[in-house]
Amino acid sequence: MAFESLGDRLQGIFKKLSGKSKLTESNMEEMLREVRLALLEADVSYKVVRDFVNDIKEKALGQKVLEKLSPSQMVVKIVYEELTELLGSTDSELKLGQAPSPIMLVGLQGTGKTTSAAKLAYLFKNKMNKKVLMVAGDIYRPAAIDQLETLGKHIGVDVYTDRSGTKPPAIALNAYKKAKEEKYDVVIIDTAGRLQINEELMDELKEIQKLVPVAETLLLADALSGQDAINVANSFNEQIKLTGVIMSKLDSDARGGSSLSIRKMTGVPIKFAGVGEKVEDFEIFHPDRMAKRILGMGDVISLVENVQENIDQEKTMKTTRKIMSGNFGLDDMLDMLHQLRRMGPFKKILSMIPGMPKISDEQLEKGEDMTKKMEVIVSSMTVEERKHPEIIKNSRKQRIAEGSGTDAYQVNRVLKSYEQMKESVKRMSPYMKKGMTESMQKDLMNQFKNTK
Amino acid sequence: MGLFDYLKKKFSKNEDEKNIKPVEEQKVASIESPVENSDKSLSSSSVEGKEKIKDNTQEAYARGMKKARKGFMYRLKSLTSIFRKVNEEYFDELEEILIEADVGTELTFRIIDEAKQDAKVYNIDSPEEINKLVVEKMFEGYAQSGKSVSPDLNFVNNGPTVLLMVGVNGGGKTTTIAKLANRYSKAGKKVLLVAADTFRAGATEQLGVWANRIGVDILMGEDGCDPSSLCYDGVRKAVNEKFDLVIVDTAGRLQNKTNLMNELAKMRRVIGKIIPEAPHETFLVIDANTGQNGIDQAKVFKEATPLTGIVITKMDGTSKGGIILAIRDKLGVPVRFIGLGEGMNDLKEFDLDEYLYGLLLVEEDED
Repeated sequence: MAFESLGDRLQGIFKKLSGKSKLTESNMEEMLREVRLALLEADVSYKVVRDFVNDIKEKALGQKVLEKLSPSQMVVKIVYEELTELLGSTDSELKLGQAPSPIMLVGLQGTGKTTSAAKLAYLFKNKMNKKVLMVAGDIYRPAAIDQLETLGKHIGVDVYTDRSGTKPPAIALNAYKKAKEEKYDVVIIDTAGRLQINEELMDELKEIQKLVPVAETLLLADALSGQDAINVANSFNEQIKLTGVIMSKLDSDARGGSSLSIRKMTGVPIKFAGVGEKVEDFEIFHPDRMAKRILGMGDVISLVENVQENIDQEKTMKTTRKIMSGNFGLDDMLDMLHQLRRMGPFKKILSMIPGMPKISDEQLEKGEDMTKKMEVIVSSMTVEERKHPEIIKNSRKQRIAEGSGTDAYQVNRVLKSYEQMKESVKRMSPYMKKGMTESMQKDLMNQFKNTK
Repeated sequence: MGLFDYLKKKFSKNEDEKNIKPVEEQKVASIESPVENSDKSLSSSSVEGKEKIKDNTQEAYARGMKKARKGFMYRLKSLTSIFRKVNEEYFDELEEILIEADVGTELTFRIIDEAKQDAKVYNIDSPEEINKLVVEKMFEGYAQSGKSVSPDLNFVNNGPTVLLMVGVNGGGKTTTIAKLANRYSKAGKKVLLVAADTFRAGATEQLGVWANRIGVDILMGEDGCDPSSLCYDGVRKAVNEKFDLVIVDTAGRLQNKTNLMNELAKMRRVIGKIIPEAPHETFLVIDANTGQNGIDQAKVFKEATPLTGIVITKMDGTSKGGIILAIRDKLGVPVRFIGLGEGMNDLKEFDLDEYLYGLLLVEEDED
């Protein structure tokens, strides 16, 4: 990431301030300057930043610094709470009304309308069991219809197309009629990218809203966009009354501060977030997570949810107990790694843990590659060898290396990691009995930093 | 004479005469530096091509950036009337204008600080003079931050010239490629497009439609096929069949996805296996709407495949595209082309004069 997180920035200033028990104008000034910079670098609109910092100042002045918090942490806490509040303190759901419910996607060129149409359709079909019709309303960009058709085929959702030169409003109406007759639940209308200042094309959207009872008009906002995002959103909202926003490209490393500007200036809730290239990479928008992202504070909640969804808890408990007892084999180690892998790419998981030192993509990929290699190597072992790796001596190593298409060196590395893991478990088990204490977390963090 | 005066004079004169001079003659003397051509084998494209291509450039800037420039110089000017003498508040307003143009905090603060200092040293307190100072700083900063490069493609003397187009998703690569193909095909070049975005659904078809409309050749692969091998085939075809220009489309990729960036580096290597110096040009496509992440985009793409230029797209919207100044400042990558509209002819050679003028132009009829 190009910019330090606010946490990093404030750390330096905090040192000077430790021991202060109250936030005053003078001890806050420097911190507020950093808050301002962090927000500007996250592409929050200049005016929004100005108002925001003033609000924070008022809120924070005279507040007693809570016990256990440093003044800087106190400021971060206030900033975070205020950001979360502004981004919309509750998750905003779609209001679908009577089926078939038309949902129209609008936005500038290249913000991700077509991709999001497919993601949204996939969500309705797979998570809510809805019968979905996608409508190819972008008749201008070459092959935009083909793109939606391909995506539709891929996710098994019907696509309404009309290549005869019919205008988009009529296409939308015809598609809606079809959806009514054939009892579709949701109609997702893709539209061409357009500038908010292009009157002719904006009129086209108004026309669609007139002809079809559009339940939701969702604006695509690109997480990579800068200061002008707010003008775009304002203008779209004034002309065609938006009911929600989808933030796209949140799998980038951009801070996405425009989300704050849009929410604050238009009042339109942000409803979804696009978080990857695959159709399932689409989430309900969580204001609290976004606040942390803008501030660079990590995303604990996402991690927790991911863990709960993907880990087979019983199995994990069993593996964990076995490992903690110090009496485990290579299979158990692999199990553990498998569980981790199922949560998603390591990078995603690690990035969600606040305070985690930054690990380069390369290191992470090496890690993932190694896990895969490990699997291959272990699968070339006999059951006995997996249970009692200590019996693996030279001739066995040779055989395993050949069987897995690797070499003795790599087999050795697997065995070594196993021994290291066993060793750390031994060291950790006294802590485990007491439960995770704060001092232990600190120890772990230090260890991590040292190995880096 | 300050730059602002110069610009005003130059453009009002041109408008009077309704006579658009070739861009070469419009360069500002003080920043004029010889076009550096590090590689002796490179030469400029044919003169006839340039003549054809350079029509209506100025009009296109004026029309295309109509929305973007609303605000910028207009605001500078209106400030002048509000603040009779420059004070802190005035500099704050200047700062706001630059940041809202996506120039970024670092460069903005530097420009403002320098202007403040100069104002003190030379005892300048009239807003007009300060405005000039700020504009000059932006101009000089750009000129001094990297090599001065001719925006037009540098064609090699022997064999095909290979242009690789890269960028994040939705920046406008495919459309820009169509415009470039159109430009050079009209200038008499034999152009081959390689549809190496095999990832996005419909991307190949999209480029195919364009190739058909413009009347240039295209090499397409199956959806999901290895883009590197397609690049290999494309460049080999171009050598065998004596194409002048190969433009390679690539899938949009976010720069924090290491796998995809590695894939790009591989494409570059594979192209180099057939023509060692190729790709001769690699353009990063940057959307004018891009915020501060643009610096990171340029940095990481540059690491994966050395960039010879930037194409700034979608300048016909309300965004100011100030991120290109920040990118130039940090990384020295020059802007080569600018997309000023949806039409095939709305891609123009980047010209700093025109760009700043477009940003700064004040229209009398504005409120």
